[in-house]
Amino acid sequence: MLQRLSHLLGTETLSSEQIAFILDQAKPFQEFQRHPLKKLATLRGKTVALAFFESSTRTRISFSTAAARLGADTMALQAESSSLKKGESLIDTVRTLEAMRPDGIVIRHASSGAPEFVARRLEIPVINAGDGTHEHPTQALLDALTIRDRKGKLEGWNVTILGDILHSRVARSNIHLLSKFGVRITLCGPAMWVPRELEKLAANVRVVHRIDEALDGADVVMVLRVQTERIHEPALAPDEYIAGYQLTPARLRLARPDALVLHPGPIVRGLEIDSAVADGPQSGVLEQVTNGLAIRMALLYYLIGGAAADAPHPAKDRSNASD
Amino acid sequence: MRVVEKRQLLSAEEIGRTLSRLAHEIVEKSGGAKDLALIGVRRRGVPLSERLAKQIRGFAHADVPVGTLDITLYRDDLSTIGQQPVVQSTQIDFPVDNRELVIVDDVLYTGRTIRAAMNGLFDLGRPRRIQLCVLIDRGHRELPVEASFIGRSVQTSDTEIVEVRLQEIDGEERVVLVDRVP
Repeated sequence: MLQRLSHLLGTETLSSEQIAFILDQAKPFQEFQRHPLKKLATLRGKTVALAFFESSTRTRISFSTAAARLGADTMALQAESSSLKKGESLIDTVRTLEAMRPDGIVIRHASSGAPEFVARRLEIPVINAGDGTHEHPTQALLDALTIRDRKGKLEGWNVTILGDILHSRVARSNIHLLSKFGVRITLCGPAMWVPRELEKLAANVRVVHRIDEALDGADVVMVLRVQTERIHEPALAPDEYIAGYQLTPARLRLARPDALVLHPGPIVRGLEIDSAVADGPQSGVLEQVTNGLAIRMALLYYLIGGAAADAPHPAKDRSNASD
Repeated sequence: MRVVEKRQLLSAEEIGRTLSRLAHEIVEKSGGAKDLALIGVRRRGVPLSERLAKQIRGFAHADVPVGTLDITLYRDDLSTIGQQPVVQSTQIDFPVDNRELVIVDDVLYTGRTIRAAMNGLFDLGRPRRIQLCVLIDRGHRELPVEASFIGRSVQTSDTEIVEVRLQEIDGEERVVLVDRVP
């Protein structure tokens, strides 16, 4: 029996059945993105709070578009203009938002664990849109959807993740998700960003520091952005990174001929990835963006589509009807 | 609560004959099969729409496109249900603009499913006309919705349930009236 979710905090705590269910539920929403009229009334009257304590463009636009297409309203808090700058604590800010009676809250925060901290204190569903270096579960779900679509299934592939794994919540969420489906994961990047201990993160994870070895036989290559803003120690010089780890057409030829290339964006062309690869036929970058909308619509529908926890359920007994 | 079978409304043979009659009526009242398209409502409207299209192909020698519509996202009772129904795929791979659409479902009851289906179709374009074909009309409407093509009208009480069982989904072929008894 599928364990019902109240929040989406990370992929580490999801079962493979829950993940498969979310991916299946995203399918009709993928079809929906091709409709001429992209507006549903399914969540009419519901409000989604978008609490982005850390700046974000694509994830915030994706969530607000997903909410709009479902007919929900959004109220947005942005890091730059928020009362955080005036010294308000995280819990006071979200309690203020909660007092405006949203039906769910999407949180991005620079501190790992902030969404879970909030979920323990609020009655409404919390969706993690990225917390520190911990998790970014909707990104991993949309990556999994893209792999499943392009390669027919999720199970059993060789996935290589390139870049700064240590500081990447995208990598962490992907590692946890993919390892539940028997995917063999190879992590590759400079030793200071890809320490050997990461092999203990989940089953079937290996650390390799030479890119040629990491790409050999890969079915999927995930390229991470070099995150200069999250790195405190002296960073690698860009030319050194390019020489050692940039995904170039020549290097991509070491992977399987039909290998899929993914990148969570924003792409820094000429740094972690060569333009010819980013724009090439093996790239799934733009599908990732569209799939992100489908995943986020499916999650908003699933988490806040039903009756509120404190609302009466006059028709609750009908929810088990087969049709 | 027990569910007991009260009587059979249609046998397998009667379902076959009824669908054959409905297929002829649809073509006749739509001015031929030229712009016609059938939309099966999940779940049991889907095999019914496919069978109707097969019939029409047989006597009118025209390939009528068939689409599948899932109405979950258009339901009006989501905010009163604790756990939402699973969304399934809608597959309508042809433009609906200027088409003569016929929505196909197994049972017409409150009319709410058909209201939801029409909303779903409007999101895909502007059909010239939408008609409705049902195997059973059991009354108890809550909305001003009526079917253009009806297999059989049946008087029911509101504790009764009309169960349409189709080979493709249920592994048997008949329509029965069942009742809930305490």
